[in-house]
Amino acid sequence: MRWKGGSGRLGERESGRLGSSNFNQINISMNQKINIAPTVFDYMEKLTGSDGVEVRVNLPKEKIDKINDICNDFGNDPGELINVLHEVQHTFGYISAEVQDIVAHNLHLSVAQVYGVVTFYTFFTMIPKGEHPVSVCTGTACYVRGAERVLDEFRKELGVEVGETTPDGRFSINCLRCVGACGLAPVVLVGEKVHGRVSPDGVKAIIAEYKK
Amino acid sequence: MIELTIDNKKIEVEEGTTILKAARKAGVEIPTLCHFELCDMGIENKPGGCRICVVEVEGRRNLAPSCMTEAQNGMVVHTHNIRVLNARTTVLKLIISDHPFDCLVCAKSGQCELQSLAIQFGIRSQPYEGEQSRYRKDTSPSIIREVDKCIMCRRCEMMCNEVQTVGALAAVNRGFMSVVAPAFEMNLEDSPCTYCGQCVSVCPTGALTEVDHTNDIIRALSDPAKTVVVQTAPAVRAALGEEFGLPPGTLVTGKMVSALRELGFDYIFDTDFSADLTIMEEGTELLQRLQRHLEGDPEVRLPILTSCCPGWVSFFEHNFPDLLDVPSTAKSPQQMFGAIAKSYFAEKIGVNRKDMIVVSIMPCLAKKYECQRDEFKVDGNPDVDYSISTRELAAFIKQANIDFLNLPEGNFDDPLGESSGAGVIFGNTGGVIEAACRTAYELYTGKRLEKVDFHALRGMEGIRSATVDFDGLPLHIGIAHGLGNARKLLNDVRAGKSQYHAIEIMACPGGCIGGGGQPYHHGDSEILSKRIAAIYTEDERKVIRKSHENPSIIRLYDEYLGKPGSHKAHHLLHTEYFPKSNEVTFNLM
Repeated sequence: MRWKGGSGRLGERESGRLGSSNFNQINISMNQKINIAPTVFDYMEKLTGSDGVEVRVNLPKEKIDKINDICNDFGNDPGELINVLHEVQHTFGYISAEVQDIVAHNLHLSVAQVYGVVTFYTFFTMIPKGEHPVSVCTGTACYVRGAERVLDEFRKELGVEVGETTPDGRFSINCLRCVGACGLAPVVLVGEKVHGRVSPDGVKAIIAEYKK
Repeated sequence: MIELTIDNKKIEVEEGTTILKAARKAGVEIPTLCHFELCDMGIENKPGGCRICVVEVEGRRNLAPSCMTEAQNGMVVHTHNIRVLNARTTVLKLIISDHPFDCLVCAKSGQCELQSLAIQFGIRSQPYEGEQSRYRKDTSPSIIREVDKCIMCRRCEMMCNEVQTVGALAAVNRGFMSVVAPAFEMNLEDSPCTYCGQCVSVCPTGALTEVDHTNDIIRALSDPAKTVVVQTAPAVRAALGEEFGLPPGTLVTGKMVSALRELGFDYIFDTDFSADLTIMEEGTELLQRLQRHLEGDPEVRLPILTSCCPGWVSFFEHNFPDLLDVPSTAKSPQQMFGAIAKSYFAEKIGVNRKDMIVVSIMPCLAKKYECQRDEFKVDGNPDVDYSISTRELAAFIKQANIDFLNLPEGNFDDPLGESSGAGVIFGNTGGVIEAACRTAYELYTGKRLEKVDFHALRGMEGIRSATVDFDGLPLHIGIAHGLGNARKLLNDVRAGKSQYHAIEIMACPGGCIGGGGQPYHHGDSEILSKRIAAIYTEDERKVIRKSHENPSIIRLYDEYLGKPGSHKAHHLLHTEYFPKSNEVTFNLM
C-alpha cells in the first residue's frame, strides 16, 4: 500500500467535471469581448436544413426563409460559402451567430468552419451596424486633409471605437478607402449620403442631423 | 516512374510523389511538424504551414516545402545543406517565439514534437521578441485546450472535420490572431464535440491534452474508509508497454495487473468481463429484434447499432437525434462494470456503494465524460468515479516508482476479473460484432460454433461489410471505424437504404486500440496494426473464447440478474439516449 496511512494534501488539477464551464461571453477578438444576455426565446422556428437535420433557431421565420433562399440560389454548395455570406451580410447588415448556424446546415459545413471564414475576412462582421453607419474615408487625399482628426472627433462624440456600434444602435463607425470624391476631401459617408470638406468642428452638426 | 536525386542518392518514384515521401523511400529523413499521416487509413494532413520540411531544389529560387512539392524527373534535391538548416532553424525559432516556455510543467513534455525538434536542431536561444498569444484555458469533462501552445499545424482540424466529421474545431481569425477553436470561440463543452480525443492524439504540442484524474485516485487510495476497485479496458494491455520502452504490440496484461496491485487498488478487475456481459445483453437484444423482424413485425428497427463507444454515442445524439431508437440500449462495458461493481459486488463484500470507488483505465478520453453522465448515477453517486487513460496510468506507475519492466505476471481478481477471448477483442475494430456473432450464433442455431475466428470481420478498411451464415440465415453485418465512416452508414440508415442487420461502430480509427487516450503513435500506423495483432493473440491464448461460456458471467446471471434482458438486467445494464441538438447558438444567446 503506497498511499494508505499517509497524510498531507495533494495539489489540485483541472476539475474537468461535466458542466464546469461557465460560458457567458465570446471572444470576438483578443481585445474585444461581447457579453451575451441570458437566453430569451422570443422566436422558436423549426428549420429543416438541406441535410435533412432539423435545427431550431432563435430567428423570425421571414429571416430564416430569406437565408434559405440565398443558400438555395447558390445551390447549397459549400464552395459558395463566401458568396452566400456576402449576400447574407448585404441583406442583414451583419452575420449573427444564428445566421451562421443556418448557413452551415444548408451548406453541409460545420458552424466552426463558417465562423472560421467569417472571422478570416475583415469585410464580414458579426456586429450589427448602426441605423446610421458613419464611414470616414481614410484614403490618401482625405488623410492628408485631416481625416484622422475627423475620425477622432466621431469616436469622441459617439463614445465608440472604429468597428463598434453605439449602445442605442443608432450609429456605428467604420473606415473606408476612397469613395472617388477626393475633391471634397475629407469625406464622410453617413448611410448613403456624402458629406464633403468635413472639419472636426462640423462633426457635432452632422451627428445632430441624424439624431432628429 | 520518374528519377530524381536526393542528397546524392538516385531514387525512382511514381509520378505525383512528394519530395518528402521520395526522400523517406531513399532513407533520407526530413524533419516535419505540421505534416501528419496515418498511411494505412488514408489520413493525411499537409497544409504546408510550418515550413520545417523545406529543402533546396537545384534551379529553384526559393526553398521548397517537401511535404507539398511533387518530385519531378531529373530533380536534384538537397535536404541538409547550410541554407536549408539555417532556414529551418529560423522558422523553428519564430514558431517558438510565440510559444510558452513552460515545458517543465507541460502535460506534453517529453512527448512534444516541437520540443523534439528544438532538441534535434540544438536550439539554445530564442532571439525573437514579439507579441505572445494569450488565450483563456478551456476545460471540458475530457479535454483541455490551452491554445497558447497551438502552433496552427491544423492536424486537429483535419481530424475533427475530415476524418471524424464532428466539426467542433476549425481555424478562426486571421494572421497572428488565428487559432483553432470551436465556433464563436465557445467552450468545447458547449460545442458538438464528442470527446473522441482524436485531436489530442494528433496534437504535436500541449495545446490539446486530457483532463488528469490521477490525484483524485491517489486521494481515494490513501483513504482507509474507501474500497477502491479498478477495471482495465482490453486495448490498454496492448499499448501500455510502449510507455515503458517495449516494442509496439507487446502484451503486458500480467505486469499491468501487478502494477495496479502495487499502486494499492483493493480489487483488480477486467473490463473484458463486462464486455462479455455486454455481449449477453446486446446479443440478446439483436436476436430479439431479428426474431421480430423475421416474423414480419414492421415496428422493429434494424439494423441494430452497437453502443459501447461513448464518442459514438455522443455523435449520434448530436447528429442523428431522429435515430435514437436504433442503437442497442445496452450500456458500454465501462458502465456495466460500474453498475455491477456497485451493486452485485458491493453487496457480496458488504460494502456500501458510497464507500466504494470505481476507477477505470481506458484507452479513451470520451469515457471520462461518459462516467459523469447523470443517467449513470444513483442518488448522485456515479457508477464509475474516475476514468483515466492508458497514458495517465503509465505516468501514475512512473510517479509511484514502480519498476514496471521487472514486475511479475499478476492475475485479475475474482469474480469480475474473469473474461473470455470475446471480451478481449472489443479493443479492435470489428471485435465487438465478432464477439456478438460467437454468442448469437450458438444461441440462435443451438449448434456449437467450431471456428470462432471470423476473419471476414477483421481488417483496417474504414467501412467493411460481411455476411455471416447463421445456419441458413445470412446475417448482413456492417463495420465502421472513424466517425466520418459511421456517418456514411448512418445516412443510409436514415434514408432507409441500409441492408445490414447489425452495424458495429467505433469512433476512433482502428477501434479502441487507436483511442484518444492511448500512447502517442506520432503518425506511425504500424503501431496500430501491431496493437490489433496483440489483441487477437490475447484472444487466441484464452481457453474460453465465447462470452456466454464465461463461468463468472453464468454465475452472475444465476445469482443476481436472472437471464439476459430480465427486469433487473434492464435496470442495471441498459440505458437511454438523449437528443443533443446542434443549436449551438442557443448556448450563446
